[in-house]
Formats: sequence, C-alpha cells, structure tokens
Amino acid sequence: MEKNNLKGWLYLLPAFLFLGAFMIYPLIDVFVYSFEEGYNSASQTFYDTGMYNYSYVLHDPYFLQAVKNTFILVIITVPLSTGFALLISLALSSIRPLRELFQTIYFLPYVTNTLAVGLVFMILFKKTAYSDGLVNLLIQQFGGSSVDFIDGPYWAKMFVLCFYTIWVVMPFKILILTSALASVDPVYYNAARVDGTSRFRIFRKITLPMISPMIFYLIITGFIGAFKAYSDAVALFGTNLNAARMNTIVGYIYDMLYGDSGGYPSYASAAAILLFAIVLTITCINLLISKKHVHYI
Amino acid sequence: MKITLEHLTKKFPSRNRKSHEEVIAVHDFDFEIPDGKLVGLLGPSGCGKSTTLNLICGLQKPTEGRIYFGDDDVTDLAPEHRGVGLVFQNYALYPHLTVKKNITFPLENLKGAQKLTKAQMEERALQAARLVQIESLMDRKPNELSGGQQQRVAIARALVKTPRVLLLDEPLSNLDARLRLQTREEIRRIQKQTQITTVFVTHDQDEAMSISDIIVVMKDGVVQQIGKPQEVYDDPVNLFVAKFLGTPPINVFQGRVKQEQLYVGEDAVLTVKGVPDQEVFVGIRPEGFQLKADGPLCCHLDRIEVMGRDISVVSSHECCESPRVRSIINAENHLDLASDTVRFSVKPNKIFLFHKETQERIRFETASRT
Ligand SMILES: Nc1ncnc2c1ncn2[C@@H]1O[C@H](COP(=O)(O)OP(=O)(O)O)[C@@H](O)[C@H]1O
Ligand SMILES: [Mg+2]
Repeated sequence: MEKNNLKGWLYLLPAFLFLGAFMIYPLIDVFVYSFEEGYNSASQTFYDTGMYNYSYVLHDPYFLQAVKNTFILVIITVPLSTGFALLISLALSSIRPLRELFQTIYFLPYVTNTLAVGLVFMILFKKTAYSDGLVNLLIQQFGGSSVDFIDGPYWAKMFVLCFYTIWVVMPFKILILTSALASVDPVYYNAARVDGTSRFRIFRKITLPMISPMIFYLIITGFIGAFKAYSDAVALFGTNLNAARMNTIVGYIYDMLYGDSGGYPSYASAAAILLFAIVLTITCINLLISKKHVHYI
Repeated sequence: MKITLEHLTKKFPSRNRKSHEEVIAVHDFDFEIPDGKLVGLLGPSGCGKSTTLNLICGLQKPTEGRIYFGDDDVTDLAPEHRGVGLVFQNYALYPHLTVKKNITFPLENLKGAQKLTKAQMEERALQAARLVQIESLMDRKPNELSGGQQQRVAIARALVKTPRVLLLDEPLSNLDARLRLQTREEIRRIQKQTQITTVFVTHDQDEAMSISDIIVVMKDGVVQQIGKPQEVYDDPVNLFVAKFLGTPPINVFQGRVKQEQLYVGEDAVLTVKGVPDQEVFVGIRPEGFQLKADGPLCCHLDRIEVMGRDISVVSSHECCESPRVRSIINAENHLDLASDTVRFSVKPNKIFLFHKETQERIRFETASRT
C-alpha cells in the first residue's frame, strides 16, 4: 500500500513540475508584483510595496468600464447561449431526417476563425460612407431608423458584442448537449410515456436532471470563458477598446502590459488578481448551487 | 380485464439498405388472455416477445390487427390511456429520484378528477411498496439498491396506478439464480393477490412453466403453441416446442418408420400405429427412458450423474442429434457401470415423432410393444 502511494506520487510528478513551473510559479509571481509599486520587469526594480496598485486599478475609470462590460457580457451571454443551445439541441434530437446536416451547419462557426467571424459581423453591422450594413438595411425595411452598431451608442455596441459572443460559443454547447441528450436511455422516456407523463414534465423531470452534469459543465466553463473574453471585442471594435468603451477585464490587463498606454506590469498584475478573485468566487457559487440541482448518476 | 389480440402483426422496415425485405417481428398473433390470469410469453431471443408487449401497452402501433381490453378497442389509444403497468427488462427506474419519488411518479401525472393530494399519493405509494415489501427503502436512490430490490421497486411503480393489465418484460433476467427463483414466486404471489391480468415475457422456459397459468411459445414472430404449461410439455405440436421446453432438454434422434415400426438405427423401438413409412425425428424426454436388460434401445454408456432422488444416465447413440443422450431414471434402479452399453425401453407417452421436413408432430396410436 505504502509503496503504491509512492508510485502514484511519482507518476504525478512530471505534471506537477510542469504545472509548477508554468502555472503556479507565475501565478505567485503575479501575486507578488501586484503588491510591488512601479515594478519594472527589465531592471527588476520597484519603489515600494503595498495596496497602491489595487487602489489605482479600482479607481481607474477604464477598469471600472471594463468590469461593467465584462459583467454585462457574462450575465447576458451565458444564460442565453446555454438556453438557445438547449433549445436547438432538443429540436435537433427530435428530428430524424437531415439531423447530421443540421449538426454540421450548427457546428461550422466553431471551426471558423474568430477574426473571420468578426469580419462578417462588421460587414453585417457596420455603417460606412457607402453602405449602412445589412442589418441596418433590414431595420429600415421595417420602418426603423438606422443605428451605428460599431461606432455608435453604447447599447448598440454591447448588443453586437453579446450577439457575437453567443454566436461564437453556441456551436460547442450544441455539440455537447446533443450528445448528452442522445446518451439518455430512451427506455426512461418509454417508461414515462406509459405512465402518462406530459412532454413538458418528461423534459423537466427526466431529461433535464439526466443531462444536468453537462449543463452544469457548460455553465461553469461558459462563465469562465466569458470572464476571459477579449478577442471577440477586438475582432469587432479593433484594438483601441478603451476609446470605444468596449474593453473587457482581460483587455484592460493586456493594455496595461502592451497597449499604447502600456508598460505597467504592476497594475496589470493587480487587475489580473482581481479577475482571478472574481472568477474564483463565481465558480464557487456555481459549485454550491449545483450541489442541489445536478444529478451525477 | 380480458385482453384480446386479433390477428396482430408488426412489421419493421428493413435496416439493411440493400434488401428491402421487412422484418416481421410479430406475425398474425391471435389470442385471448383470460381475465386475471398470468400468461407467460416464451421464446428465444429475437422472436418478438418484447414487440408483442410493446403492442399491448401501446408504445408501438401494430401494422395489422386489433387489440381489445375487455370490450374496448384500444388499438389506436396512446399508452397513457390504456391503463397498463409495464416493468422493463432493466427496470428503467429514474436514477435521480428516490424510491418513493419513483413510485409516486405515475400518480403525479394524473389529471382532472383523478388528481390526488400529496397525502393520498404517499398512502398509495406505501400500499404498493408494502405489496412488494420495500417500505423500508423508500428514501434510497435506485443505485443504492440490489438488483432484486430494484426489481420490486419497478413492480411497485407499475402497480401503483392499479393498472388493468400488468406487463413484465424479462423481469428476472438481471438477477442471480437464487434471487430469480425467489422473485418469480413473489411475482406469482403478487399477481394472485391483486388478480391483475398479467403478461410475463421470458426466454427461460423454466421460469415460464413454473409460474404461468398459460404459456405462449413463440418463434420468429409466429405463435407455435398456447396452453397450460403441463399440456404444452406433454403434447408439443412441433419439434421446436418440444426442444424448447424441459430441462434437461428432450433427446432428438434420427429415425424412420417402416411398417408401423419405429426404428432408431437398427433398433425397433416402438410400434407406431397409423404412421405411414417415412423418415422422422424422434424426440424422447429424459424421463421417458426405462432401464431394461432386453430393452430395444441400445446406447453406449458414458457415465452417470447421481442427483439424489434420481440418477442421470449420460450415454451416446449414433442416431442422436446431440453427442449426449441424457436420461433420468429412478435412483433405485441398478446400473452395471462396468458394461459398455446400456439398454432402455421407452415410455410411449414420452416419445414424440416429428415430420422430417415440416418438423410438425406426427401422432400415433400408443400400442406399446412392452
Ligand atoms: N425498432 C425496431 N426496428 C427494426 N426491427 C426491430 C425493432 N424492434 C425489434 N425489431 C426486430 O424484431 C424482432 C423481434 O424483436 P423483439 O420483440 O425485441 O424480440 P425479443 O423481445 O423476443 O427478444 C427482432 O428480429 C428484432 O431485430
Ligand atoms: Mg426482448
């Protein structure tokens, strides 16, 4: 027994070393930088230690804007994309003919490059001197007045960002959920049918609990993914996100490091630690809630 | 509730894209299940037993034919309106619900005038649980139960709505041998107690014979024989039924009839009156052999197996289809083990003749030569 234990640890050692060198050590480093004022990575010097970096970041209107943007993005896109993905998967699993074709079509955005999709969205939504963009043409068709979704009002830009994010993350969710639905043994549905269970009740009382681990997985990874959003905003609004008021927390960290206003690894570290704390808190809450509602069989 | 199946046929479209031949899972099933009886539906795997059950409960629609519960035509009725309780082969207990929730699940579906209060539901669930003696397990999840307990929960769930008909699809096949014996007695007891018309599907002839009032033997979707278990055993209509029923199985020999004498090899075994000369299959039940020093059937003796009350004589005969001829004789008989051969006479009512091609039974008048 003892010997086996030792062996087990030995097997885990390479992964530990790897994670230690490339994850845990840098994480600790970032944590340390976040308390070192004016850290300079070239000269490895700093002025002082303390909470100043946090105070600066928390008072930086760009950071607050980024936090607000990120939270809006998370709160809107995670439930909506999961919900839509569930609806589409249910529809997919209830049709027989052409199911594979539809599955492929729904999966296409996943294998398409983010920036390429972003380009398509620009074309759909952007107002230029020559064209109002397809969406605006449609709005005008129905008697509305055109909106500039890319350089216009905040809500319009946020709408495009959310729409885009949902569009990009849905295929993976649909893939996971269709296979989760397919893995539910049809015998349960037969049993429920013989007992006269309505379709809605079958869904609520049988289907949903049975695929709950997968839904939970999607929600957790969805939250984490949305909190880490950055490239989507860049694809739509370009690299100067602060000017567009469309920055995200990760975008803010990036800008602090490498952006035009960059060169502040201490502020970036503080923001990164804040993001880490937020994601950790949300994930813990998720885990707590899931204890009651997720059925591992 | 009497169940009438009228020319019931179920065809499935072919899975094979090349041949468009349909799979006929059930062919022209015509039978009336008397009220309050337990009917055993028996046949090898793939013979259409489950399909028949699914037709009765409404999960599948018949291609042809009609189904009546009592005088009601239920052919086009959805399963939930038929009032059937179904126990699935792997029980299909909802794994995320407790035993109690599993049992009350069907009750929660009731609507309108039938709607029950929570207290009523619990009461009904407890009644059903008592019937199958699982009232102490109500708060467990299915994966915390043994196979036998799960099986009881499944029966309780099927019974809780007091169905008009109880259908059991191979309910014992997931249990170990001991539990299987126990549970089949249990099912019999519950059926007797509730007097619900019950159809019990199994591929195990022992199971079907021991608890059924009537057995229906099926093969390739076609009903072979229907009758009381003992009657079917004593009087099979064809070789398939004769082979399918009985443990140890019937011994089948190649034989021929010549001038109303039945020959197995060179031995004239029996006088069979009224049978024209032909090649036949001869089926002899293991208990149909009698040791006799000058008996007509001479077999090569391999060994004997003592089973207490009886002994099982294992021998071989060149005309036998299987390499072993198994006969069961009373332990009081003495057998000369030193001898290479053993001679038997056969009981005429334990020997059946079957047509060489059609494998149908050939009946003869029993004028024994002994
Ligand atoms: N849904 C189906 N589609 C096509 N063929 C089926 C289907 N269900 C059953 N069959 C075929 O019908 C026959 C009878 O099946 P089944 O009733 O399940 O047999 P049993 O329960 O006696 O083992 C089998 O040959 C099986 O392959
Ligand atoms: Mg079956």
